[in-house]
Amino acid sequence: MAFAAFSTAEAQPQAQRKRSPIALFLLLPGIAYLVLFFLTPLVSLILTSLQAPSEFGDIGVYDYAFNWQNYVDVVTLYWPHILRSFGYALVATIAALVISYPLAYFIGVKARRWPLLQSLMLVLVIAPFFISFLLRTLAWKQILSDESFIITSLKALSLMAPDAHFTGTPFAVIFGLTYNFIPFMTLPLYTTLERLDVRYLEAGSDLYANPFHVFRKVTIPLSMPGIVAGTLLTFIPAAGDYVNASRDFLGGPDTQMMGNVIEANFLVLLNYPAAAALSIILMAAILVLVGIYVKRSGTEDLL
Amino acid sequence: MAIREFAERGADLELVGIQKRFPGFTAIENLDLKIPAGSFFALLGPSGCGKTTTLRLVAGLEEPTQGRILIGGSDVTSTRAHERPVNTVFQSYALFPHMTIIENVAFGLKRRKIADPMAKAHEALKLVELDHIAQRKPQQLSGGQQQRVALARAIVNRPALLLLDEPLGALDLKLRRQMQLELKAIQEEVGLTFLHVTHDQEEAMTMADTVAVMNKGAIEQMGAPEELYELPRTAFVANFLGQSNLFTGQVVSTTADAITVESAGARIVVPAARAQRHQGEVTVGVRPEKVSLHREAPAADANRNVLAPGRVVDVSFSGVSTQYLVEIPGHGTVMVFAQNIGFGPVAGLGSEVWISWAVEHGFGLEDGPDETRFQDDASTTSLAALHREALVSELEEH
Ligand SMILES: Nc1ncnc2c1ncn2[C@@H]1O[C@H](COP(=O)(O)OP(=O)(O)OP(=O)(O)O)[C@@H](O)[C@H]1O
Ligand SMILES: [Mg+2]
Repeated sequence: MAFAAFSTAEAQPQAQRKRSPIALFLLLPGIAYLVLFFLTPLVSLILTSLQAPSEFGDIGVYDYAFNWQNYVDVVTLYWPHILRSFGYALVATIAALVISYPLAYFIGVKARRWPLLQSLMLVLVIAPFFISFLLRTLAWKQILSDESFIITSLKALSLMAPDAHFTGTPFAVIFGLTYNFIPFMTLPLYTTLERLDVRYLEAGSDLYANPFHVFRKVTIPLSMPGIVAGTLLTFIPAAGDYVNASRDFLGGPDTQMMGNVIEANFLVLLNYPAAAALSIILMAAILVLVGIYVKRSGTEDLL
Repeated sequence: MAIREFAERGADLELVGIQKRFPGFTAIENLDLKIPAGSFFALLGPSGCGKTTTLRLVAGLEEPTQGRILIGGSDVTSTRAHERPVNTVFQSYALFPHMTIIENVAFGLKRRKIADPMAKAHEALKLVELDHIAQRKPQQLSGGQQQRVALARAIVNRPALLLLDEPLGALDLKLRRQMQLELKAIQEEVGLTFLHVTHDQEEAMTMADTVAVMNKGAIEQMGAPEELYELPRTAFVANFLGQSNLFTGQVVSTTADAITVESAGARIVVPAARAQRHQGEVTVGVRPEKVSLHREAPAADANRNVLAPGRVVDVSFSGVSTQYLVEIPGHGTVMVFAQNIGFGPVAGLGSEVWISWAVEHGFGLEDGPDETRFQDDASTTSLAALHREALVSELEEH
């Protein structure tokens, strides 16, 4: 059989062979995977988000309907959380970029002469992944709790008001988000900066650009693919994150993000349509923001 | 303190005792160089001899281990690259991939806040005949087009000192010729100083006022093109710039005017003024086009050197001239270029010939012929030279 298949394939003219079904066949597992694990839950989520409460059912029982009102309800009820999610994610992304860029530049450009140092620093960037993300966040909660050494010392030095807290504040949540997603920023930045051709920087300085101008006009534009990839990889999960902002970790009652509200609706309030509608809103908003961002940053021809 | 205006005229460049060491490698031993303002200076040399390194030192992209660099009389050794009145046409072009061609060309003008940068950039692009693709990105250009853009991007700034690192290497012959004229015109119009690195000795000789031949991180010889060609001082220069026939022997007699060298039984006389060394073992030479072929033993003439009869082992006709290789026992193969004044070759393959040249055309070298080995065999010129050598030796075998 196999031989027969080969011989017929070989007998076909070049042009026809290109359209052979083998390519499609090879794509099948991927397509099946996408349909099963992405499309199915998505459709189910959309259907759930439009459900209406069952007429004579108990709490948590819903019927399929076209209840658009769910979306209006969640937006009116949860708009502060929606704004907060994107606000926190944005600040955390900017903080991660500001911290990561010099680091990635050092590893990728300055440390080229010392490959050993390069690998060592990369390992250090990745090292936190060896410990569970939940454990690390919990550890931070302890380190920064009111009774911790750091906070008591700060209070003793009058650098913090005696009744102030760190955990439970927006600052703590943004700190947690930045900390947890920084490797996702550093690694893509590193991969672009590592390939940065320093001859362009030299050409810039030869053409009268001082180091600041070279950085702004040459280095930044040339590292745009890394910046876009890094900010997306940080912003998207940060906007949907529900661990850092959770009251069990670094958050408090006033720092709840969309992820926390979705969790509460799904698991505590059993309001599946509201949770689903919020998820869809989160997804759509991220898609729109990312689309605008990629278009505006003009990286299509650099990617 | 960016330079806000175009240079009024070129600046002179002086390198004093420059040494450049890379970790584990000395690229430049000890370089002294003075280029007068407004001159067209060509730096010729085999691959890896330190030409690009020299330009990078002048541009400020590399710091000398020792020595000083003066531009227009002021010491710029510790001045940063962007503050030097210098522009470079890079060997690798280094066009910014994220900018269009016109943005690339206008980059330097904008940084110096020169009025109307776009119009000036378009003018420069017109000069290299690429204004029609001003909106393209560098990746959409051919190698030769990129090279012309690199040229435009540098000359648009009218710097007091322009460094050109093989700026025409990727162009075809016609375009190269045209660009050479363009470059020369720009240089003369404003009186800028050009430091031009090239592999192409013909380009160096036709364009430059002064040619310096560089080898292994040092200048071997420097001077006007004719001077360098007519009176090479070392075997390296004699063979790198054009071709030479070299003969080695002991000096047997010296007068005030001439030295006589005995090489494989023949006596070769060289004017004393044209010989670097006057005693011991010396190498003397003559250019192939100065050598004449004779079918019969020429009459004795005190003003001509004659070499014992040899055999023509190769004749190649090239239009204006014919190139003969003559095998002379004891002297190896001698190359003769004869102008095609009459019809047909003067001597056929295998015929017995005498060769002679006027005493005044000979030259005596400082060193011996075995020091001409190329240090690096990666460049086009040395590859071409090796190829030529291989061809010659192949011809010799037949
Ligand atoms: N950064 C560096 N580190 C170590 N060695 C270097 C460095 N840059 C150049 N070299 C060495 O210095 C020598 C001179 O290099 P340079 O680039 O100046 O040669 P070049 O004369 O321009 O050659 P080509 O004609 O091939 O361009 C070479 O042998 C090169 O290997
Ligand atoms: Mg070079």
